[in-house]
Amino acid sequence: MPDGAVPVLDVKNLKTVFHTRAGDIHAVNSVSFSLKPGELLGVVGESGSGKSVTMMSLLGLLPSPPAEVREGEVMLAGRDLLKATPEGLRRVRGREVGFVFQDPMTSLNPVFTVGFQIIEPLRKHMGMDRKRARARATELLELVGIPDAERRLKDFPHQFSGGMRQRVMIAIALACDPKVLIADEPTTALDVTIQAQIIELVKELRQRLGMAIIWITHDLGVIAGIADRVMVMYGGQVVEHGPVREIFADPAHPYTRALLRTVPKLREPREDKLRVIEGQPPMLGAHPAACPFRARCDHAFDRCHRQNPPRRDIGKNHDTACFWDHRTGQPV
Amino acid sequence: MSNGRKKLVEVKNLKMHFPILGGLLRRQVGAVKAVDGVSFDIYEGETLGIVGESGCGKSTCGRAVLRLYDITEGSVTIDGRDISHLSQAQLRKLRPMMQMVFQDPQACLNPRMTVASIIAEPLEEHGKLTGKERLERVYELMDAVGLNRNFANRYPHAFSGGQRQRIGIARALALNPKFIVCDEPIAALDVSIQAQVVNLLEELQERFGLTYMFISHDLSMVKHIADRVAVMYLGKVVELAPRDALYQSPLHPYTEALLSAVPEPDPWLEEKVERIILTGDVPSPSNPPEGCNFCTRCPKVMEICHRIDPAFQEVAPGRFVACHLHDATRHNITTSAGSTGATTRSEHIQQGENA
Repeated sequence: MPDGAVPVLDVKNLKTVFHTRAGDIHAVNSVSFSLKPGELLGVVGESGSGKSVTMMSLLGLLPSPPAEVREGEVMLAGRDLLKATPEGLRRVRGREVGFVFQDPMTSLNPVFTVGFQIIEPLRKHMGMDRKRARARATELLELVGIPDAERRLKDFPHQFSGGMRQRVMIAIALACDPKVLIADEPTTALDVTIQAQIIELVKELRQRLGMAIIWITHDLGVIAGIADRVMVMYGGQVVEHGPVREIFADPAHPYTRALLRTVPKLREPREDKLRVIEGQPPMLGAHPAACPFRARCDHAFDRCHRQNPPRRDIGKNHDTACFWDHRTGQPV
Repeated sequence: MSNGRKKLVEVKNLKMHFPILGGLLRRQVGAVKAVDGVSFDIYEGETLGIVGESGCGKSTCGRAVLRLYDITEGSVTIDGRDISHLSQAQLRKLRPMMQMVFQDPQACLNPRMTVASIIAEPLEEHGKLTGKERLERVYELMDAVGLNRNFANRYPHAFSGGQRQRIGIARALALNPKFIVCDEPIAALDVSIQAQVVNLLEELQERFGLTYMFISHDLSMVKHIADRVAVMYLGKVVELAPRDALYQSPLHPYTEALLSAVPEPDPWLEEKVERIILTGDVPSPSNPPEGCNFCTRCPKVMEICHRIDPAFQEVAPGRFVACHLHDATRHNITTSAGSTGATTRSEHIQQGENA
């Protein structure tokens, strides 16, 4: 990655709260990150870690109420998306930022043909006429590797298999040449052999089109294979962030370290017993005035129960939110 | 695995076809061949892993083995008793011996029952315990699976996914079963919780001498928990081998591709992985291709594969594969054994553990 490049997307101090009858849920708590042109940022976290809600907050995709994006700044091409009007946001979605969701069956409309659904953004955002849009749609389906593209435009989503549907979703997301593609667990609903196909496709498209990608997943294996940088989320916060190789070789946060140890590897000798992370993921109800990982952490000490650790730099482009120094084994 | 261990489960040529009804009179117009002739044995105390992609029939196979369906063909023998054609009433008496842990711990627990009553239900149905003894047993089971006794009167919604799965496991253990079918028990759980549940299953296996059929699509987890692994594709077992042999040197091209497709949580290893990217999708089980089921996607497909369905044969001690690439190897073994045909095959299956 070019180091000094101007980020295409710059998120600062994003906070999202859900108001529920049982009290406020702090789903996203002071999340900051940036994305450089052409870069692939992997976002790892378990369910409830806030990874999807973060991305949906950026684009105003959360229903309000109950959601409220309370604070923060989301700069895309010099504009703050949090200050944009609904109309302005609509122009950004689909045109400047493409979104691929986890389940391709529920995110495609079953009553319209696939062709209609690819052509729609082309006509709305790019102002193409029917004929040109149709030609471009065929081109897009070919780009994502769907054979017999022109004929398949007339098919409905149910006539495609899971992998093919996800390719259609990618085609729609790419339709208007977005600067940023956000893929939220795009391969989780797919089988491994199909997942491998989609990952190959994304790698190839990235080289050809050069857009920046945010790839959300809980699968550390997928991240290891495609990401340039990794952001690890836990309890609505970024607990560690850094270049992919550093995260895997020298993980700093106790959660990242435990997570990497707990996943069995296919191509390495089998261990007798899996290493576990004891305890349960946190509830996000209470106001986060302490480290979200403290209850499951091997290194927690009194300060972790009183204060929420801020992110601190521990290397070039590598930071962690922890009071414990993994190199010395002592509190910092 | 020790030699001459007792076979607890024997499955022979098991078929489970679901009818497709069509037309005005709802006549049968076809069949979904979810499981189409699989044979394997499970030895006492071992874990047989069943892996495959969605729709390959692995769950149906697990359910059919427990006779949750009326099977179409074949036989299932558990602990010396042929259960393939028993009535539901007769099966009910045998249920304490064979239990199941389901994938979705949310859906398999009744939301209106407390944890204690969920775990006690099988005891009420099958046991003769007094109320007090029953509660004692429930506490014992909750301890065994690592649930806090104080939560016995709570409802499932108050528990997290991992804890719910523990409730499901406690219920399965209630009647001291010998054999448990675990159908994707960790698929719905978070990464950090999966290891907890897998370790629990292993501990319980050691403690109570359980035998597992562990169905999963997670090849890394199966490598950890299983002693032997069967790979299914489109209703058939394409390869069956001891764990290490299968993962180190897969024989069937599908196993090879499947293993190569698994992403590795290690950027350095990941870089070196040579992926075999399969083209296309799994054909429909209602209309499988002629010849080998895998011939439409196989990178090593030959002319014969489109005509003849390869037999499931032992090609090395304990290693079974259904592929024409290994026809020659099989031939050597069978001729050196001095016999051919079905008898040889069943003999070899019996020796499946010796590798």
